[in-house]
Amino acid sequence: MWSFFYKLASPKYFYDLAGKFIPWLGTLTVLLLLAGLYLGLFVAPPDYQQGESYRIMFVHVPAAWMSMFIYVFMAVLSGIAMIWNIKLADVMAQSSAALGASFTFLALATGSLWGKPMWGAWWVWDARLTSELILLFLYLGYIALTAAIEDTRVAGRAGGILILVGVVNIPIIHYSVEWWNTLHQGATVTKLDKPSIHASMLWPLLLMALAFQCYYFTVVLMRARAEVLEREKRSAWVAELLSRLKG
Amino acid sequence: MNSTLHAMTALLRRDLLLAFRHRGELANPLLFFAMIVTLYPLGVSPDPELLRVVAPGVIWIAALLAALFSLENLFRADFDDGALEQMLLSPHPLALLVLARIFAHWLVSGLPLLLLAPLLALQLNLSPVAIQALLATLVLGTPLLSLVGAIGVALTVGLRRGGMLLTLLVMPLYIPVLIFATNAVAAAGAGMPIEGQLYFLAALLVLALTLAPLAVAAALRISLS
Repeated sequence: MWSFFYKLASPKYFYDLAGKFIPWLGTLTVLLLLAGLYLGLFVAPPDYQQGESYRIMFVHVPAAWMSMFIYVFMAVLSGIAMIWNIKLADVMAQSSAALGASFTFLALATGSLWGKPMWGAWWVWDARLTSELILLFLYLGYIALTAAIEDTRVAGRAGGILILVGVVNIPIIHYSVEWWNTLHQGATVTKLDKPSIHASMLWPLLLMALAFQCYYFTVVLMRARAEVLEREKRSAWVAELLSRLKG
Repeated sequence: MNSTLHAMTALLRRDLLLAFRHRGELANPLLFFAMIVTLYPLGVSPDPELLRVVAPGVIWIAALLAALFSLENLFRADFDDGALEQMLLSPHPLALLVLARIFAHWLVSGLPLLLLAPLLALQLNLSPVAIQALLATLVLGTPLLSLVGAIGVALTVGLRRGGMLLTLLVMPLYIPVLIFATNAVAAAGAGMPIEGQLYFLAALLVLALTLAPLAVAAALRISLS
């Protein structure tokens, strides 16, 4: 068990393994996305209150979930990188940041599109919207910090501290903002045993959430592979790889 | 333990002495604070009723910005002349030394804001009860700003253009303080109890007091590696 993790932590092994995973994950993403979109756009009935416009939920909610998942995942990776000094965790965390920021932006943009017909405004200072916006700022702060430090290893460690500080703060920020103002509809899926959402809408939502998750892992592995190559460009195995590619 | 305490007081005395020798610079955050508050009536409206409504937010945002800009030189001079590296090499726990330094910084740049704030609050037509609440929130809130901000400073101290970056990193972390503090002042102005908000601020302060020095110490070690 441990030897697997030791192996995984070696850049070369990770590079090969990730290369094998990417096509499978990519195919899975496409299949899930097609199924989720079909069920969501054609099979699920229109909502009795919100009509057709609720269908943006199938993008909005998974994007919002991903935005939070990636931040916590980055915090876990940063913790691993800091405690066991594993370079690869750091690579993964840095490769995740841009994706997390994109998902956050997507959640905000689709939320704004959804808000216009529902609340009659593109933007309201509602608690969840505001905390999502703050989350975007946290991501952008991390990206700006890691971009400003030239040495990538130092950048990763400094970014790790920022992420860990952020993850302590996120619940505080979230609840303080919630307490400050709330207008957003309550969560509908968290109570899985008896969700306040019908199965015909729940299934496409879950499928889309899975598709987003697979998409994230596909892209983050691709990015991490590129990052590993960049960082290890002076090592023997990269040189060997290159000479093999050149033939 | 005793020797650590001794090192902390020595550091505190040194920082206060340094600040006292540069008396001219002491007034800068205060001036900054007063000027931002002055801009609001000019930019929004001189209507006293409106000003009373926006005053808690205006004063707190100005305090936030003043804290942020004064923080920039928390470690800068010591980083440039190498004193910071000596601090890192000392046998005492870095987190405690950092705590002493942050405390000195708060005494020099946070505490004076407390003295000026009632005056500005009067100009913005806040009621006496609200001014009391404002002072209470500032007492609890400004050390919090220094502690949390120090993490950002420690992360950016080695960078040449850290100022703008510091704002980006630290501002989102200041939001809970802003929310609870302005809410307390507004509630006090409306004659409602504010204990809840003050307890929240106090809890945040305790949390920051225990965790922030550790994060600052770790960040300093990275920045100087």
